[in-house]
Amino acid sequence: MSKLHVTTTINGEPVEYLCDASASMLDILRGPLGLTGTKEGCGSGDCGACSITVDGRLVCACLMLAAEAEGKAIGTIEGMAEHGVLHPLQQKFLEMAALQCGICTPGVLMASKALLERNPDPTEEEVRFWLAGNLCRCTGYDKIVRAVMETAADMRETVR
Amino acid sequence: MNDMSNKWIGARTIRPDGADKVTGRAQYSADFAMPGMIWGKVLRSPHAHAVIKSIDTSKAEALPGVKAVVTAKDFVPFPVDKPVALGIQDMRWMARNILAHEKALFHGHPIAAVAAISEEVAAEACKLIAVDYEVLPHAIEIEDAIKPDAPILHDFLKHEGKPSNIAGTMVLKTGDVEKGFAEADVVVEHTFTSRPVHQGYIEPHACTVSYAADGRVTIWSSSQGQFMVRAMTSLLTGIPQSNIRAIPAEIGGGFGGKTIIYLEPVAVLLSKKSGRPVKMVMTRDEVMRATGPAPGSLMTVKIGAKKDGTLVAAKGEFYLQAGGLPGSPLRGPVGCSFAAYAIPNILSTGYDVVSNRSKVAAYRAPGAPHGAFATESVLDEIAHKLGLDPLEMRIKNSVKPGDKAIYGPVFGDVTFVETVDAIRKHPHYTAPLDRNPRPGVKRGRGVASGFWYNAGGESSVQVNITEDGNVVVTTGHPDVGGSRASIANVVAELLGIDHSRVSVIIGDTQTIGFSNLTGGSRVTFASAMVATASVEKVVGQLKDRAAKIWNIDAEAIKWEDGMALPAGDNAGKFPPLSLKELAAKANEMGGPIGTQVQLNTTGADPGFATHCVDVEVDVDLGIVRVLRYTAAQDVGRALHPSYVEGQIQGGVVQGIGWALSEEYLYDKNGRVDNAGFLDYRMPVCSDVPMIEALVIEIPNSKHPQGVRGVGEAPIVPPLAAIANAVNDALGVRFFDLPMSPPRVTARLDEAG
Repeated sequence: MSKLHVTTTINGEPVEYLCDASASMLDILRGPLGLTGTKEGCGSGDCGACSITVDGRLVCACLMLAAEAEGKAIGTIEGMAEHGVLHPLQQKFLEMAALQCGICTPGVLMASKALLERNPDPTEEEVRFWLAGNLCRCTGYDKIVRAVMETAADMRETVR
Repeated sequence: MNDMSNKWIGARTIRPDGADKVTGRAQYSADFAMPGMIWGKVLRSPHAHAVIKSIDTSKAEALPGVKAVVTAKDFVPFPVDKPVALGIQDMRWMARNILAHEKALFHGHPIAAVAAISEEVAAEACKLIAVDYEVLPHAIEIEDAIKPDAPILHDFLKHEGKPSNIAGTMVLKTGDVEKGFAEADVVVEHTFTSRPVHQGYIEPHACTVSYAADGRVTIWSSSQGQFMVRAMTSLLTGIPQSNIRAIPAEIGGGFGGKTIIYLEPVAVLLSKKSGRPVKMVMTRDEVMRATGPAPGSLMTVKIGAKKDGTLVAAKGEFYLQAGGLPGSPLRGPVGCSFAAYAIPNILSTGYDVVSNRSKVAAYRAPGAPHGAFATESVLDEIAHKLGLDPLEMRIKNSVKPGDKAIYGPVFGDVTFVETVDAIRKHPHYTAPLDRNPRPGVKRGRGVASGFWYNAGGESSVQVNITEDGNVVVTTGHPDVGGSRASIANVVAELLGIDHSRVSVIIGDTQTIGFSNLTGGSRVTFASAMVATASVEKVVGQLKDRAAKIWNIDAEAIKWEDGMALPAGDNAGKFPPLSLKELAAKANEMGGPIGTQVQLNTTGADPGFATHCVDVEVDVDLGIVRVLRYTAAQDVGRALHPSYVEGQIQGGVVQGIGWALSEEYLYDKNGRVDNAGFLDYRMPVCSDVPMIEALVIEIPNSKHPQGVRGVGEAPIVPPLAAIANAVNDALGVRFFDLPMSPPRVTARLDEAG
């Protein structure tokens, strides 16, 4: 079967690839593109470890066909720090120990960033429900929720 | 070296592996690739129980793109009558778990494996393997497996002289339990069940393996012990350990479940046969069907007490599921359930029950949460019956230093009372509780305690001073939750240098001395102890160098703030020599500075935890929600408080899932019906509140920094604490986990 040619943008850079019609975005990111920061925990959209953004919308890469990236702007964890400077969420996660094993962390960070872009002042409940699609088995979520809320407060302060 | 005014010990430093983990650069087991790599896939049993009469792989081998096929026949045989122990595992069972031998013992049991040019071709080839099965009746639940007419899994297993699915027993006793019950004023006895629960690590098992032309093997995989990976692979393939380099990838969660392996030896033989590097990655479905959950349990606990709350007798019968092959963690419930209490008469018995489910693996304090669910529920009822505060009753009955533990040793430090007291004095315990906040909703509060052995064991640590005067520390332990951060704190402290000058990495099997598993709550305890010994040696070397330079006795030199200083009579006679200066002169003054220390560490005193929880029950829907949770634990010394709190918070939330929502569902053919994260319901962020960790620090006198193990004790109390809170809310005690909506509504209907 012939492959599909896809032209897309990943983390602001133009990217082209060939993919099978059945290949998921996650397969292409982790395989030919070598962007293994996006993790696979379930392959069924239940764990959120493969969270990416597509034109700013939060998506599980395992549930998206690679061919669907045509003409879209894809964001992955590899693009979160800019010019070697960590995003405030990344820095806060380190300072507040909001990760243990770290396998869910790329997905949690992508989801948290998407939350703060929509809602710069989320309540604890809003954070918890927004992140309900990102499983973490290590932390019990406590430090993750605190880190997201503290980052939001810092970022609001910076804007002001 | 145990000064509480430390600069780095106890500081919330940024972990050495942190930046890579928040940027997606950290390499976990599925993130590796090799030139020329091909893909391995496992054919799994479609039956819960079947004799394997023959396996014909010829059609699969003939499929274009297939490079190798292996079955159990390709591996070193481990006859069932010759035990081969590796740690707590028996290679007879490991061999049969990795690839089925005589029988398929559960749905999903590996039967054969294929390596091919793509995952798709490998999967296609698996379908072409012809297996002739003789399907047998199966038994899934303990109750079914121990019936007199139950299908027998293994002819060679005998219990009381007859073929049985009871693979083994464990008995601990002290005093005369019947005499004890006769003296009791109140006796409570109940039977409890809990369901198997999966460790739930988000990273599926995976490995990439290269068998090179010269017979040397490299394994990249994540596990809780690269030395375990090497040893098991060596035993199963016959390749000497010196030729197997097991490189620990970052591990995406283990919780005990990665203390054994599933894929690596298979990938090694596929690589050997094909001459190509082989990568294998499990799907979540495979993880759920065929990797170890914690056992389900069937338990009867009977406890007798005097009117004043003094416990006088305790009897426990604990049946644990082993899965298809022997080896459930009996020492958990049998040894831990009553260990925190000074009870003169105890009889504690465990039964290891095989049935047609995947072989269990360790899960955080293996077996202890089960036993605590039963015991701490019974204790709660006794306290109610006697009109006593349940925490006061626990304090009254705490074991004391010098008491003989039921599992053998004499207690050294006992810090149980301190954990109970921390909860008793905490505002949570005394806060008012609105018991009927809304129609159809009831609230309650519960407490429970837990005990875990903790462990020491073998660890190796290298400390090397770089030529530019900084420090590289290598340990042999995969870091599951911040152990590198803790060791960096210790080494910076002891050398008296800035934390940023210490780099901590994890060595592979051929670069660091033997180090036992990351498990048993042992890694921070053991590696901090060994790192301390390593740093002491290095400081000795540094003093020797300074002594040579100054031409004075090394004894007359002290090490302070990262510098050698002349001391005593020589004080002030020479300007101090910094670590950087000594490192620069290292080669002309005797050679490189550094050392490796390897120890079998001892002195890991047990861990005690006491928890308090408020729950809310929707009486119509049967939903139990945790509103507030406070967990007290003595950790000895928190080298890095954030990661200590994290262990407690994470363990509690795993316990919440165990108590309220997690369970395997089986269909009538003995197949797991919910092998995915949608239907196997682990707690998500919106299910739980903040978890308050009360970190008590009573230094362990047998450890240089006072460390006590942390990771496992936090999962022991939650099951009972939540059941006790539900009982407080509803006046109905739950004997069966999980307290999921269907079970809660059914139980409430039954209770009227």
